[in-house]
Amino acid sequence: MTALQHPGPRRRREPDPTRSLSAVLTAFVALGAVLMLVPFAWLVVASTHSTNEIFSSPPALLPGDRFWTNLTGLFDSLEFGTAVRNSLVVSTVYTALGMLVCSTAGYAFAKFQFRGRNAMFTVIIASLALPGQVTLVPLFKMMVALGWLNSYQGLILPNLALPFGIFLMRQAMQSVPDELLQAARVDGAGEFRTFFQIVVPTMRPALAALAIFLFLGQWNDFVYPLIVQRDPAAYTLPVSLATLHGVQSTDYGQLLTGTLISVVPVLVLFLFLQRYFVAGLLAGSVKQ
Amino acid sequence: MSLTTNPSPRPAGTPTAASRSAVEPPRRRSARRTWRTRATPFVFLLPVIVLFVGFKVYPVFYALALSFTQNVGGVTEFVGGANYGRLLDDPLFWTALRNTVEILVIQVPLMLGLAIVLAVALNSKLLKWRSFFRVAYFVPIVMGLVAYGILFSALLNYQNGFINYLLTSVGLPRIPWLTDPFWAKASIIMAMTWHYTGQNAVMYLAQLQSIPGELYEAAQMDGANRRRQFWHITLPGLRPALLLTVVLSTIGTLQLFDEPYVLTGGGPDNATLTIGMYLYNSAFKNFDFGYASAIGYVLAFIVTAVSVIQTLVLRRRAQ
Repeated sequence: MTALQHPGPRRRREPDPTRSLSAVLTAFVALGAVLMLVPFAWLVVASTHSTNEIFSSPPALLPGDRFWTNLTGLFDSLEFGTAVRNSLVVSTVYTALGMLVCSTAGYAFAKFQFRGRNAMFTVIIASLALPGQVTLVPLFKMMVALGWLNSYQGLILPNLALPFGIFLMRQAMQSVPDELLQAARVDGAGEFRTFFQIVVPTMRPALAALAIFLFLGQWNDFVYPLIVQRDPAAYTLPVSLATLHGVQSTDYGQLLTGTLISVVPVLVLFLFLQRYFVAGLLAGSVKQ
Repeated sequence: MSLTTNPSPRPAGTPTAASRSAVEPPRRRSARRTWRTRATPFVFLLPVIVLFVGFKVYPVFYALALSFTQNVGGVTEFVGGANYGRLLDDPLFWTALRNTVEILVIQVPLMLGLAIVLAVALNSKLLKWRSFFRVAYFVPIVMGLVAYGILFSALLNYQNGFINYLLTSVGLPRIPWLTDPFWAKASIIMAMTWHYTGQNAVMYLAQLQSIPGELYEAAQMDGANRRRQFWHITLPGLRPALLLTVVLSTIGTLQLFDEPYVLTGGGPDNATLTIGMYLYNSAFKNFDFGYASAIGYVLAFIVTAVSVIQTLVLRRRAQ
């Protein structure tokens, strides 16, 4: 909020239009930033209060002392701890496998000539416009048939060949100089060795961007896990939270503490890696 | 997109895929080499081909087949176009379609307009603490849809929510955010705008930085004020990013599901029932898989049609 009190043009000097414009601009952008961040701040405060305190009038605006009570209550009731573990396992494995699948495909699309390359790539990109809901029912029936309801592989496999990830990796792989690949081959490296020892290390920033996207996507995914994880022991965090939310006598103190727990890990990850995240978001979308 | 450098032909005898031992003596058996060279890209593509065909292509056709069936007494029967015919006479489907379109035509322009203004502001040298603001506006995007749905449902609570507390404390009446048909839609629009504006602004920001500064200098010399510069240089320069964000946001909004599911459950009185929610209810509440698949196909058709039209219109205007 300090920006709002930003001093206007200093007194006893010719008023400088640029300076006052700068102050007004900064004030407006700061106001918007406050609107963006207040819900987070409120979430942090709310997680430290009981439901009554959260909804009292005037509402609690400073942190209280109920955080541990909420947290232990959350982990005691329902299978919240299991959901946290499920989400961690599924998101981590998905991210690792997704990086492998998308980067090998991106490499093939970027660095090899083969029949049907453009057609395949076009189909993969076109599938971006396909509403996810179209395949929801078939995927559910497939998971039933395979006996993969409530399983990790049922959550991980269907979304692994991520079109956006393949696109991102193809864009990135195009910057690998052909001479480098030639040199490796001349030195006698096999194709896999060339890929893992020469190509992958030079792709670190792009892979970081991809990793964030994959992790975030899986961590926050909701509809698909909601329909294929029917057993509370298999719930992921978002499903668990949505279920808690649906309960009549919702304990909002616990619910908001759970929400905070679902946000903080990715928020921290994002703050450390945000330049990669932005790079990934922009990959190929905008001509630089 | 289409620029790809081609690997030049490999020197004869170079060991290729699978022969990781690398010490294999060079052999000049060109047939073998050609086969291996040809197979290499497919080895790298194999996982994607298997996964994509298995979990994308196959389900798409499976859904098409399902959309011509109905479950009659536990048996799946072929019913031709009956599901599609039923859609035309289904008032709930039309309500869902109207709701989705209403949210689309208000939310997308509102959000993208804000994102453009924000990007221009974030790009301005007059703005202080630019890098801090960039992060601040971008932070909501890390929050999952369920998490922000729950957060907003608490903030928007009628009796005791924080937002109504703020309104009443400045003398305004409480607003029945989630229980009034009009305000429920408004709430969903607000929540989506909060969530996605920063992401779009970042895309615009990158595009803005690719507009050459000389254009602005030249315009200034010709006496063009800031407003004219915005309309004649900034907006045309943003066009590629604009096209992308319009199409992506439209695709996303047409599929809207999570926000109404968590915030309003589609209510009150179906005011926030979207096509995505209606599909979910048909499939997983009524277990009417055939009907749900038909809804999915109609949705896919609408999404494709709208994004093709948008692309054509926005491209033509660029010429």
